[in-house]
Amino acid sequence: MSTVTAPKFDERVATGNLFTRFFSKPEAGASTAALVLAIMFAVVAPQFTQPDSIATILYGASTVGIMAVGVSLLMIGGEVDLSAGVGVISAALSSSLFMYWFGGNVWVGATIGLVFSLLVGLLNGWLLTKTKLSSFIITLATFFMLTGLNLGVTRLITGGVAAPSIANWPGFESAAAVFASDIPVFGVKVKITVFYWILLVAIATWVLKRTRVGNWIFASGGAPDAARAVGVPVVRTKIGLYMGVSFCAWLLGMHQLFAFKTVQSGEGIGNEFLYIIAAVVGGCLMTGGYGSAIGGAIGALIYGMALKGVVYAEWNPDWLKFFLGAMLLGATVLNFTLQRRAAQGGKK
Amino acid sequence: MLKSRITRWSRVGVAGLAATGALLLAACGSPAGAGGAAGGGDAEAPQTEKLKVALVTHAAPGDTFWDTIRAGAENAADLNNIDLLYTSDPDGARQAQLVQQAVDQGVDGIVVTLAKADAMSGEVKKAAEAGIPVFSINAGENDFKSMGVLAHFGQNEFIAGQAAGEQLNEAGKTKAICVIQEQGHVGLEARCEGLADTFEGTSEVLYVQGTDMTNVASTITSKLQTNKDIDAVLTLGAPFAMTAVDAIKDAGSSAALATTDLNPDVYAAIKDGTMLFGIDQQPFMQGYQSVEAVRLFNEGGYVLGGGQAVLTGPAVVNAANAESVAAQFK
Repeated sequence: MSTVTAPKFDERVATGNLFTRFFSKPEAGASTAALVLAIMFAVVAPQFTQPDSIATILYGASTVGIMAVGVSLLMIGGEVDLSAGVGVISAALSSSLFMYWFGGNVWVGATIGLVFSLLVGLLNGWLLTKTKLSSFIITLATFFMLTGLNLGVTRLITGGVAAPSIANWPGFESAAAVFASDIPVFGVKVKITVFYWILLVAIATWVLKRTRVGNWIFASGGAPDAARAVGVPVVRTKIGLYMGVSFCAWLLGMHQLFAFKTVQSGEGIGNEFLYIIAAVVGGCLMTGGYGSAIGGAIGALIYGMALKGVVYAEWNPDWLKFFLGAMLLGATVLNFTLQRRAAQGGKK
Repeated sequence: MLKSRITRWSRVGVAGLAATGALLLAACGSPAGAGGAAGGGDAEAPQTEKLKVALVTHAAPGDTFWDTIRAGAENAADLNNIDLLYTSDPDGARQAQLVQQAVDQGVDGIVVTLAKADAMSGEVKKAAEAGIPVFSINAGENDFKSMGVLAHFGQNEFIAGQAAGEQLNEAGKTKAICVIQEQGHVGLEARCEGLADTFEGTSEVLYVQGTDMTNVASTITSKLQTNKDIDAVLTLGAPFAMTAVDAIKDAGSSAALATTDLNPDVYAAIKDGTMLFGIDQQPFMQGYQSVEAVRLFNEGGYVLGGGQAVLTGPAVVNAANAESVAAQFK
């Protein structure tokens, strides 16, 4: 503790001790919780750490994680999206039903799905900014409408409740390779969604940390009125964020479509909470203005590890939900406690 | 000072997580097993190597129907020196991942439900190609062969619906509603199609939200209030049948009630005449036969069914034969 230079208590200089520097990041607590969880499962279930199992865990995490990227950004922007879960199924259905009805190449169908998805995002954002209602209400309405559309339109067009198989349409092979293939990594087959997930997290992190848009997102979520006053395009930012969620939904929807070839019209309900949970565990605040994309990814990883870990540990699955809830609570409490402690030692 | 407090805090967090895990481990240590009724199966059974079998269903947590399947599976596991791993997820994609996990765990056999056949096909094929014997139960009789599944134990949903239609004809009913508790469930739709096929009166489908019993009750009540001439209600699950009993009363209707899938409450209602009949697919048999099938296959490659689905139903339970099946609903 030799003092060579100026006094060390200057709070304006953000160099706390190592602990402070680490735990003032939003994803720090989640990383700790993820580590604890990984160690715990590795101890109780040797199977958990096998390469094949890790690939399975990562795949499970990626199907939540891809959406958690969009949802994390949206929550940093101060909004929630309850229609994200059924939005995934809507994207897949709009693609496959279009192909079923009009025929043609699957890439055309995929494009239609993207357009439809982005329109849903646009509608969410536009309604939010026009009506000035809370996003909870707006997206709850969208959630119900999409749920009904999924079923109603599928029944109308196919007479059934699931979209017909698209395996025989031209272009299927190439689309399946893009959206639903296995990539061998050191001899272990890893699903391509894992790589999309990592890519999306990287892009989102870069946007948040290195671009003007990132600042707009933080500002829109943290203090929208002040942000508007200094010229941040809050309306456009929020619409963009909803469209970002839509894009993620489309990507995941395409994966489901090309991996399973058909889509059940009743699925996806309830998954929106998984995305929100992943973002919150990862350090995003429900009130907006704070969080990170990496945090959301770690939140998704925690969910994936818990869901798969309970199986590998051969525990009674009746307790799975309880365990998940307890773990989320534990992770979140740990996260915020550490952050508060860290905040006392350095700047937030 | 700050540091020491930090470590204490993180310790609390870690301890909390660890404690939760420990508590769960304690809670889920070893299944007591539903069987054992046969008395000392171990003593009589020849010394066979222990097998590990995964049972992966699409059950939503808390559905009584699946308890019966599980009880059958546990019973067969006890008698056949099998370690049974039960997992379930209603979401097709996640259920497929559970199959993948069973493969990861190196089980000796997999029993799976194929309600979401398309979502499951990739993982099930992979398991079969890896040389693991896979059997399907309950749902998937049209798809099991194409996936490399050895045998299927279940009920043909359409035939079950037809049986219900015949029973309603015998009772002289003219207008029926078929209550579907899960919109988008192909098997349930098929039951209603079967009903429409054999029923000489008119039948229509009524959708209710099976995850919310108040919704089930109010939807049935309002339907009966608006259509006074409905004289038969067919529900497609035991819990919904019990809800429908009250809903019919509330509507002031005199419609007869019947159901597919039974539980002890439904059985009691059939005995006392509250309900007309039940169409049973004998879920206990599905669980039992499929787990035993793994043992038989392991012993000498025995497979039941000759490539066709092994039908476990429909078995009609009505006032006439209620006594003979009493033991199933104790």
